[in-house]
Amino acid sequence: MFYSFGRYILLLRLSFRKPEKFRVYWAEIMREMVSQGIGSLGIIAIISVFIGAVAAIQVAFQLVSPLIPKEIVGSISRDSTILEFSPTISALVLAGRIGSSIASQIGTMRVTEQIDALEIMGVNTPGYLISPKIIAGISMIPLLVIVSVVLGLSGGYLACLVSRDIAPTDFITGLQDTFNPVIVTVCAVKSVVFGFIITSVCAYFGFYTSGGALEVGQSATKGVVYSCIWILFGDLVISSLLL
Amino acid sequence: MIEIRNIYKTFGENEVLKDISATFLPGKNSLIIGSSGSGKTTLLKCIVGLHEPTQGDVFYDKENFTDMHFEGRVPIRKQIGMLFQNSALFDSMTVEKNIKFPLDLFTDMTKAEKLDRVNFCLEKVNLKGTNKLFPSELSGGMKKRVGIARAISMQPKYLFVDEPNSGLDPKTAILIDDLISEITDEYQTTTVIVTHDMNSVMGIGDHVLFLHNGEKWWEGTNHEIAHTDNKPLNDFVFASKFMRAARAKL
Repeated sequence: MFYSFGRYILLLRLSFRKPEKFRVYWAEIMREMVSQGIGSLGIIAIISVFIGAVAAIQVAFQLVSPLIPKEIVGSISRDSTILEFSPTISALVLAGRIGSSIASQIGTMRVTEQIDALEIMGVNTPGYLISPKIIAGISMIPLLVIVSVVLGLSGGYLACLVSRDIAPTDFITGLQDTFNPVIVTVCAVKSVVFGFIITSVCAYFGFYTSGGALEVGQSATKGVVYSCIWILFGDLVISSLLL
Repeated sequence: MIEIRNIYKTFGENEVLKDISATFLPGKNSLIIGSSGSGKTTLLKCIVGLHEPTQGDVFYDKENFTDMHFEGRVPIRKQIGMLFQNSALFDSMTVEKNIKFPLDLFTDMTKAEKLDRVNFCLEKVNLKGTNKLFPSELSGGMKKRVGIARAISMQPKYLFVDEPNSGLDPKTAILIDDLISEITDEYQTTTVIVTHDMNSVMGIGDHVLFLHNGEKWWEGTNHEIAHTDNKPLNDFVFASKFMRAARAKL
């Protein structure tokens, strides 16, 4: 475990060495941003709307008491969406969507000698292959989380419109009630950290793939599993430090 | 000129290369031959720096490559072109971008100059007009030729080729051999080829190095092979009935 962690740190150090030509790296960063950001928008939109709707329905179901104001459903949905559902659930889904793609892409390049070809040319391969993915991850995943928050809360509103358990106006009032801005900071920190974890951990497993097609699949699986574990661990650490 | 001195390479307990020394000259096709598992590709990877030798040194024009760090090796690597066994073309790039890639990274050429160079390289390998195709749209022989075009795009001083004929029909294999030989002659590159194709050995082997169980067993020219009494080499070269019959007629 210490060996792997040391190797991971060394790989990250190599990844952020001075690029051979910034223009080429910039083009890679843009390409990765489109792939990670636009490519994940669909899945994030779908899961966010459904999770937001389900969250609102379940909170409403559990708080059926004349003593509890109906607006509280909106407040609880908002806090849980911003604090947990959008950053963490999105990150877990993105670990599957982006992480497996990164690990298998780099792993395939390794087993088909494309990485060797880059090295022979004198290219800093971790820098060229990994740093654009990490930069794209830490910039696009927070944007996807913002989209997820908006759509999650919209999903809650839609659930109120459809189910009639809570009046949509009560839900809106609840959303605006007792808002503590720190939850936005926590959400932002989480999304940046999760973006880094997903891209760097999966790139690490892809980069050190050896063998053939079977091993590429195993690297992708390992990358997703380990990034999910680190996301949950990071979630715990950030929540306990910032809340 | 490339010189290797007393190269050893071990993987765990397994000693793959044992005390190999040789000199590869410019303008000559140097072929490393041997049966599967004899250490040919490992030796090639040690020479280009993809593997670090356990012991021994590699010199590129008297400069000790083995002692250099990553940054120190970059100027030499810019003078290296390599064709891999499976071509190792970048899947996500078109043929044009594959060949242009080293030019983008390491030169200050204008767009037009780079395109001219790409077209020149493609013409050299008889693939004019394939600029916009992706590697997945090419046949095995075409991939090899694009690999050669990419390898020569930076006008290398040293050309390394790993199993250039594997998976190719005999006619295409000869075309690839001729192309490599032509490039060696024209640009006076120091060319090192790993192969176990006897057609290549007899056709373009200016200098042949025979490895057996990780050791250098024989060194000479393609003309000398037919007359050697080195048993492992004879067993390798004349393994087929056809080759034994051919030898008998010599």
